Amino acid sequence: MIQDFLFQAFAASAILGAVIMVTRRNPVSAVIFLVGVFFATSGMFLMLDAHYIAAINVILYGGAIMVLFLFVLMLLNLGHADWRDLRGPVGGLIGGSISIAFLGVLTRLFVGGTEARPVVEIAGSALREAAAEQGVVGVVARPLFTEYTIVLEVTGVLLLVSIVGTILLARRERT
Amino acid sequence: MSEAGMAGALGLNGLIALFVSAILFSIGVIGVLLRRNAIIVFMCVELMLNAANLSLVAFSRMHGIEGQIFVFFVMAVAAAEAAVGLAIIIAIFRHYEVVDLDRFRLLKW
Repeated sequence: MIQDFLFQAFAASAILGAVIMVTRRNPVSAVIFLVGVFFATSGMFLMLDAHYIAAINVILYGGAIMVLFLFVLMLLNLGHADWRDLRGPVGGLIGGSISIAFLGVLTRLFVGGTEARPVVEIAGSALREAAAEQGVVGVVARPLFTEYTIVLEVTGVLLLVSIVGTILLARRERT
Repeated sequence: MSEAGMAGALGLNGLIALFVSAILFSIGVIGVLLRRNAIIVFMCVELMLNAANLSLVAFSRMHGIEGQIFVFFVMAVAAAEAAVGLAIIIAIFRHYEVVDLDRFRLLKW
């Protein structure tokens, strides 16, 4: 099936892009590869019937946040490679072992979590039917504005606070 | 039963998505621990958030739309966090003229 092949291609390119991104010494190429990772995960969201999330992921992460990172890199003139950036072999050993421990715990969790509880079979077909009925945005928006209204408002306040805090932090003090 | 049941409800793609999310998270952990550049460490944190989002979307195929709504809020918080974090990095850069994490040791021993 072409869809399965595409999904696996997206998965492989996400992992490959992440590995390349972590090992690049030049911050600008790290940003570019991270954008690639976000595009690949957006493709995976699309195949997992999360169309709205896929669009938001490209627009918000791949677009807005990564442009912000690139903007800060250029503002501070940090776009060159630095040989001191990567830690030495001791740091590599510690970092690698902690991350492998994380990988083991997460894999155990994902496989073991469904062993303990019976899996509810509502799956992708129900999501697909709801999307066909209410539209791909409506299926996310309807619970957002009915059940989770207060959470949405609190998130709005959080964004406002972050805007004010950013201006306060980045402002040059005049004495 | 466990493997077959999980593959049945999630589909093979859902299972792959979970493992990819675990691998991406681990790569993000490596990046946070291995790099000294504060901006790249921050980018690795964004990668870890994205990996968590991937697992939430995969589980939302099993448990309903709430997973995707949670992803929406995670993204809103990530956007706020990126703005504030980069402002902090700019403010620190004004003092030290570097973004090397080993040089920020005012609160260390």
